[in-house]
Amino acid sequence: MNTEQTVDYLNAGYGPKSWLLTTDHKRIAILYLISITFFFFVGGFFALIMRLELLTPQADVVSAHTYNELFSMHGITMIFFFLVPSIPAVLGNFLVPLMIGARDLAFPRLNLLSWYLYIFGGIFTLVAMLTGGIDTGWTFYTPFSSAYSTTNVIPVVTGIFILGFSSILTGLNFIVTIHKMRAPGLTWFRLPLFIWAQYATSVIIVLATPVLAITLALLGVERIFRVGIFDPALGGDPLLFQHLFWFYSHPAVYIMVLPSMGVVSELVTCFSRKRIFGYYFMAGAIMAIAALGFLVWGHHMFVSGQSVYAGMVFSALSYFVAVPSAVKVFNWTATLYKGNISFHTPLLYAFGFIGLFTIGGLTGLFLAALAVDVHVTDTYFVVAHFHYIMVGGAVMGYLGGIHYWWPKITGRMYNEGWAKFSALILFVGFNLTFFPQFILGYLGMPRRYHVYPPEFQVLNVLSTAGATILGVGYLIPFTYLIWSLRKGKQAGPNPWNATGLEWKTPSPPPPHNFDKVPIVTEGAYAYPPILTTEGTHGGS
Amino acid sequence: MVDHSSAAPHAHQFDDIQQQHEADSLGMWVFLTTEILFFGALFLSYGIYRHAYPEAFAAASHFMDVILGGINTAVLLGSSLTVVLAVHAAQHGERKRLVMFLIFTIILGLAFLSIKGVEYSHKFAEHLVPGVDFQYKGPQPGHAEIYFILYFVMTGIHALHLLIGVGIMTVLAFRASKNRFGPDYFAPIEVSGLYWHFVDIVWIFLYPMLYLIHVYH
Repeated sequence: MNTEQTVDYLNAGYGPKSWLLTTDHKRIAILYLISITFFFFVGGFFALIMRLELLTPQADVVSAHTYNELFSMHGITMIFFFLVPSIPAVLGNFLVPLMIGARDLAFPRLNLLSWYLYIFGGIFTLVAMLTGGIDTGWTFYTPFSSAYSTTNVIPVVTGIFILGFSSILTGLNFIVTIHKMRAPGLTWFRLPLFIWAQYATSVIIVLATPVLAITLALLGVERIFRVGIFDPALGGDPLLFQHLFWFYSHPAVYIMVLPSMGVVSELVTCFSRKRIFGYYFMAGAIMAIAALGFLVWGHHMFVSGQSVYAGMVFSALSYFVAVPSAVKVFNWTATLYKGNISFHTPLLYAFGFIGLFTIGGLTGLFLAALAVDVHVTDTYFVVAHFHYIMVGGAVMGYLGGIHYWWPKITGRMYNEGWAKFSALILFVGFNLTFFPQFILGYLGMPRRYHVYPPEFQVLNVLSTAGATILGVGYLIPFTYLIWSLRKGKQAGPNPWNATGLEWKTPSPPPPHNFDKVPIVTEGAYAYPPILTTEGTHGGS
Repeated sequence: MVDHSSAAPHAHQFDDIQQQHEADSLGMWVFLTTEILFFGALFLSYGIYRHAYPEAFAAASHFMDVILGGINTAVLLGSSLTVVLAVHAAQHGERKRLVMFLIFTIILGLAFLSIKGVEYSHKFAEHLVPGVDFQYKGPQPGHAEIYFILYFVMTGIHALHLLIGVGIMTVLAFRASKNRFGPDYFAPIEVSGLYWHFVDIVWIFLYPMLYLIHVYH
């Protein structure tokens, strides 16, 4: 061993140029981490103003128009600039080459281009939203967006169009890397489930995003030239817009949640010291969700005037998605059963994910039922449902993953006490924010209004109180994670004693990832068998 | 590092040039899949409106210049041939033939774009540009306008793809003239060729759908 400081990807070069022109997937992941965190707090800020307005039944903080802009900006920022890129662009970028034993992604320069497209599209959209506003919601429904809205529709959709190419290039890069650059011996069915999830997500991105791109382009054409592609007054069909939009945007739900499912599989196995229960079914369920996700977009359009028979088919197909989703939840639970469980922070987030995703998924079945959906369409029930999936699912998984791989990414441990505390705060804050919204929606409070009848106030006050706790809960990890960069304990290559190739290289990893290309001889999650004491029922 | 038989240099993330070639090729196929979905949404929109307004679409397609469109179809098919010959030349290390076929391809691509430009200028002269200057004399002008906006969007995006293709071919011709390609390393020519063929195939669908539907009606 030489005594000099070893070269890792963080100290391999200094100065802005070594970061802004890097092609190292690990450095690009850090660029994404910083920019995504920025957009997350921007989007969260919009949400906090909305919750503040909803503290009282009457309008007191913002006008109706400003409120329309706030929920549009919140949705656009959170979906396109945080949730869609979050796990793939940060953790996926960092981990896909490490987990498959490769030196980098297949196309490193394309990867850097993805980040530039992301940051350019993001800033472009943010400036457009803040200067001219946007009041269409994140769904841009025509003909309001093409004929009536006076806000900055064209610049905003242009920014999202640019961002779409960033997603597509990342997805393309992952697909090729996973197909062609696995280490010797790393067969498809030895891959960690995180890689399966990234792969399925990439396939969805590559197939769905172009449809959104062309749909937004057509919307732009209609708005600029005043021709009737989607505007019924000019012979166009507004339902066509909705079909094309949801053909992307329903699969996009799985773009957001599948990567979290991959993360949770890693967390559950590591902290229960067990192989995943039913590996083949878990991998198959990921692919099944990705495939079925393309066949259910019409359940967003039950009350929009599409054919009743189409509605029935979409309803039935939506129920099918519950099957692979439930397989995953049961298998995580079965993995924990008789495991040697240690309650570290990442596992707390995984528990949060499993519980909240289950509630989000089951309420999704309410919405997939034609008759129930009519009652709760455009109410807070829908808002609560998708926040249980998006925040309770996707964000919990993202934070769990950030905590789990933080020692690998930075080489430092964070403060476990603070981390557990904030995981708890987030869980409480989240449920207090969104559970009352299920009740509000069921009682009939419509979404997207800045005023409401006084009888809804108690539940709204609870929700706003929860949002405040949630906001604080997000600031705590932000603080102690940054703190850990200087003060955290040295992590060592494998602080969790986890399996997986990413733990077989130093933390932080060297620029080329592995000194020697690893050769894989066993499946993922090859934890040694748990010894049980004779005469007792399992446990150890 | 393991010593590989192939002498061609490869990017640092790959084990050898063979792996790099396979990755390049798969990358382009995945990209083309994206492109299919991209144009697919346009073809779907076209299908829906043609189904809704068949007479208006057939009547409006009378205003297309079948002759110029036909010439353009031949031009593009010819360019696909020159691309294949370019790939063949690259694989056999024939530098001069490679550069020549790439230049032929560029010329044919530019010829297509020029003819398309002439057609567009005719449409302006005939006041058939939706949103800018649209005075349609035939039946159902509102529905015909949808036909024309789809015509401009679909052929416009196609022309943009071709323009990008011409740019790629220009870069490749420049690099080929410096002898950067050979039997060991021709993936850029091959995958750019795939892209070129894709743009060609899109036109094979666009031509009958936009120019020839009144013949069928």
